[in-house]
Amino acid sequence: MSELQAIADRVIAQAGKDEHIEAYVSRGQETDIRIYEGEVEHFVSAQSEGIGIRVIREGRTGFAYAGTLDDDAIASVLAEARDNVSFGTPDEWAGLAEADGVPVVEQELWSDALAAYATDGKIALAKELERLTRGADSRVRVDDANYSDASGEAAVSSTSGIRVSGRENGCYCSVSTLADDGDETQTGFGFAVGRSPQEFDLAKAAREAADRATRLLGAVKPPSKKITVVLDPYVTAQFLGVLSSALNGENVAKGRSLFANRVGESVASPLFTLVDDPTNPKAYTATDIDGEGLAARRNALIDAGVLQGFVHSSYSARRAGTKSTGNAVRGGFKGTPGVGCLAMQLQPGTRSQAELIADVDDGVLIQSVQGMHSGVNAISGDFSTGASGLLISHGQLGGPVREFTIASTLQRMLHDIVEVGGDVDWLPMRAAGVSLVIRDLTMSGA
Amino acid sequence: MRSVIEQDVLERVLGTALRAGGDFAEVYAEDKSSTSAGLDDGKVEQVTSGRDRGAGIRVVRGETTGFAYTADLSESGLRAAAEAAGAVAAQGGGGTRTVGLTRQAPHPVNTVEVYPDTVSKSAKVALLQRIDDAARSTGAAIGQVSAGYGDSRKRIIVANSDGLLAEDEQVRHLLRISVVANGDAGMQTGFESLGHTIGFEVFDANDVEELARRAAQQAITKLRARPAPSGSIPVVIKAGSGGVLFHEACGHGLEADLVGKNASVYAGKVGQQVASPLVTLVDDGTMAGEWGAIGIDDEGHPSQYNELIKDGVLTDYMWDHLRARKEGHAHSGNGRRQSYMHLPMVRMTNTYVLNGTETPEDIIRNTPNGVYVAKLGGGSVNTASGDFVFGMTEAYLIENGEITEPLREGNLIGNGPQVLRDIEALGNDFAMGNPGTCGKDGQGVPVGDGQPTLRVKTMTIGGTAA
Repeated sequence: MSELQAIADRVIAQAGKDEHIEAYVSRGQETDIRIYEGEVEHFVSAQSEGIGIRVIREGRTGFAYAGTLDDDAIASVLAEARDNVSFGTPDEWAGLAEADGVPVVEQELWSDALAAYATDGKIALAKELERLTRGADSRVRVDDANYSDASGEAAVSSTSGIRVSGRENGCYCSVSTLADDGDETQTGFGFAVGRSPQEFDLAKAAREAADRATRLLGAVKPPSKKITVVLDPYVTAQFLGVLSSALNGENVAKGRSLFANRVGESVASPLFTLVDDPTNPKAYTATDIDGEGLAARRNALIDAGVLQGFVHSSYSARRAGTKSTGNAVRGGFKGTPGVGCLAMQLQPGTRSQAELIADVDDGVLIQSVQGMHSGVNAISGDFSTGASGLLISHGQLGGPVREFTIASTLQRMLHDIVEVGGDVDWLPMRAAGVSLVIRDLTMSGA
Repeated sequence: MRSVIEQDVLERVLGTALRAGGDFAEVYAEDKSSTSAGLDDGKVEQVTSGRDRGAGIRVVRGETTGFAYTADLSESGLRAAAEAAGAVAAQGGGGTRTVGLTRQAPHPVNTVEVYPDTVSKSAKVALLQRIDDAARSTGAAIGQVSAGYGDSRKRIIVANSDGLLAEDEQVRHLLRISVVANGDAGMQTGFESLGHTIGFEVFDANDVEELARRAAQQAITKLRARPAPSGSIPVVIKAGSGGVLFHEACGHGLEADLVGKNASVYAGKVGQQVASPLVTLVDDGTMAGEWGAIGIDDEGHPSQYNELIKDGVLTDYMWDHLRARKEGHAHSGNGRRQSYMHLPMVRMTNTYVLNGTETPEDIIRNTPNGVYVAKLGGGSVNTASGDFVFGMTEAYLIENGEITEPLREGNLIGNGPQVLRDIEALGNDFAMGNPGTCGKDGQGVPVGDGQPTLRVKTMTIGGTAA
């Protein structure tokens, strides 16, 4: 039994009569290296640990945390959480998750190769990425090249019978670039991810970072008009991320989802089939258990345009009169679980991006967006984002464009989907990327 | 106030940090207690108590910084972190270095009357109930209300091998109110927030019910909003709602770390006209009680009032210890970090534009057609190209010099240097805006912003209407 599980067990053993307790205990290590002009600019090496305790009594919830695992600190966290209970409003649906018998699909979340990887090797990787990126294009400067890794273990125990622990590690390299042409400067980035450094494709990261920065040199502001857009896989993944909040069962229950009361109805083009499947090992965010300790599982969200259902934690599921879908998400020991999609995947089509573009008469290939967080309202559905990319004319890619927005509503965009590409990219995000063609967006520029 | 770590311990830990070599060592420690409470769907969901305590130690040798942090504030825990940080910056040399610390005079900027730990949790929760009641009674269309309360009391201590020893205490209170209104054509949202670096007395000076009604009214008004226009249009920004424009459009570009790497459009432009002559921009960590106000920065230097642009001419950048040391420039009190787990870097505090001379009424009246932005949401900028974007969360059409219909949400985009030059009217009604969290390199720090009513010749509105 892990040491962390033992700590969690000792906390819940103190539960009084009619008192429900959940203890989440975690410990982590991280390395963060930044290279600038061939030298180490900074090297961060750190360890952290902490505990979060949730107490529920008579439908009221209290919570407290501390960033330490000292016995004294744990005792005061439990005392604070108990004290906080009395200030909550009784909620008939409050409660902890209970084991539901759904089998866990084991995932390979730990790499011994990464755990054993030498520090010098990590520095060398970031230096190599910087060197490759500089060499990719004479117009490119490197702002910084980075190597990061993190490993962590966590355990959760509850008086409702949950008792799970696990460990996970991962690493990534990233590089930020600047490309200059006269007075103009544009930026780019590239990254490589893997369970261990052996899986890195640094050459690809360098090429993409150079390409992202240079492709916008000389870009102009396009005119304002209605247009068809082709979203790069990286942009589609961000679009799906925005959509996920409307598929969140808690938002539905609380009147914050534009999909409320629409299960069984057509909400998107028949070409649009979306699942959340953290059991797919190709997904960057694949996992075996959710934030409450239940098995992560595959959930159909939209099937051929028809809304199938929502993702739930045990709380949102009780409110909705259904069962948890294993979608509790927890951001560490400092908070209680919320609800969220874990690993969204859009069912791909068959054609390449180039084939999709060949069918577009008047459009723009959107290679990056800026301001998805500020210009998209997933409650009202208003969608507006800054963008840059390449014009498409009569099926041919044209010149670069920037400083414009694309706008519509989420509701309309889902119905206006023309085609899904076949070019799935398992990006380091909560959604996989794939090219997506959507018609009738408003492009605002000059 | 007892120090988070005693002076003699700090001196020995700095000695350990430099044992293997290095030009500079620093210990930053914090002890933070926080309380938060959330109300949603008519219920107080939970009260949360948090305790974060730890130290970050950095050692600099040449251009390389080693950094380690620990939650173990015992002398042995600190020395272990000091060795880890020192090992990275080490290269031959070394030896014994003795550090003697001189305690800096306190530099209190914010005064606190009522510390959050002296206020009952029920009084904190009661604020949320009042907000819920006020928002819901604003109109039958109000479908959902959520409100968040947060307070924190953070003590920090900074000691470095230059002999500096400085302490500060930062007490913050924050409220956030989100409202959903339901209409025939779907839902709309309203949002208000309040944040100050003072004690619980902030809620005596500010009417939280009024704040809740404003958020509710915003959502209700937007139910009859029409799609925002699309294209380049004159934009008037209400006082206190557009400071984020300057934060994004030029503030980040004036941070010395980005300038030093030539990753800013403002690099090499000190002394040049970079904005309309109407614009004088400052970054002011001493603005008492504001969300970005600090006694000392997270490198131990007193906060300052720094003029960045005067009458349109770039006067200076913002500096932290590393960049100031490298360039032989004075630091400006802008070295900040999210927590002991993070390295400090150049960050803004309260960034604002000083008053002009026109009345806001005249500015609107002299705008034949355009968009009036009463509230901006979050934004972001690419400092190298200057392109920025942010969301309009409350906006209206201006027709024939008058504010007319409400508009649906959309993004507003532009290019920083261009927009600064295009500011053609500046009001005399300065106001600070909502509390913000500025994100940079994965770290968030509290910042404030403000500005009088102003008009930009044209900006691109990302709506859908022709």
